[in-house]
Amino acid sequence: MNELSIPKQIFNEMLAYCREGVPDEVCGILAGDGNRISKLYKIANADSSPVSYLMDSRDQFRVMKDMRENGLSMLAIFHSHPASTAYPSNRDVDLAFYEDCVYVIMSLIQEEPVSGAFLIRGGHISEAALTID
Amino acid sequence: MAVKVRIPTPLQRLTQGKEEVEGKAGTVMALIQDLDARYPGIGERISEGGKVRRFVNIYVNEEDIRFLQAEQTAVKDDDEVSIVPAIAGGGKRRE
Repeated sequence: MNELSIPKQIFNEMLAYCREGVPDEVCGILAGDGNRISKLYKIANADSSPVSYLMDSRDQFRVMKDMRENGLSMLAIFHSHPASTAYPSNRDVDLAFYEDCVYVIMSLIQEEPVSGAFLIRGGHISEAALTID
Repeated sequence: MAVKVRIPTPLQRLTQGKEEVEGKAGTVMALIQDLDARYPGIGERISEGGKVRRFVNIYVNEEDIRFLQAEQTAVKDDDEVSIVPAIAGGGKRRE
């Protein structure tokens, strides 16, 4: 999958969540079917840090179960970069275990937020298309 | 009767696409070794030197093994074991 389609309402909810979390990074999962997102899961950042995130493992486990029970697939993983660009950091690349997922990054470094979507496979980054409608 | 093991998507390539496989009762570590014998390479992705990797979480039923007996946690027939790679990253640049 190299394109992701996000309903505007879900995108705005994700953006609001990212802003609420400043100065810390926030994170979560976007689930759906095919390449269309239908559900946003906000997951606690166990690192509580402005420069890193680690999804709370219990929250993540619960979300995985909820997706399974609702027939949803984990299509994307999102997190915010409150103080850096919307591009995967070295840490993002090193820890990108879910190669089938799109990694969405929301940069809040500028007044106008910037989003980026990427595939990270075998240490290589490629851009994915993000449609918001 | 067997232990049910949930395989996460990043590791399903090693289990011929199976989301669930069966394992033998015993301990978590013995289960990982048993899986690796049947699905070569999976053990190394989950553990290193007899320990579960830092960015891999394992649940027996609903409990994280780090709050049980870690690698020595007992698993019995009908238990459900979930292997869940952590999701982490962040904006910090490498020094």
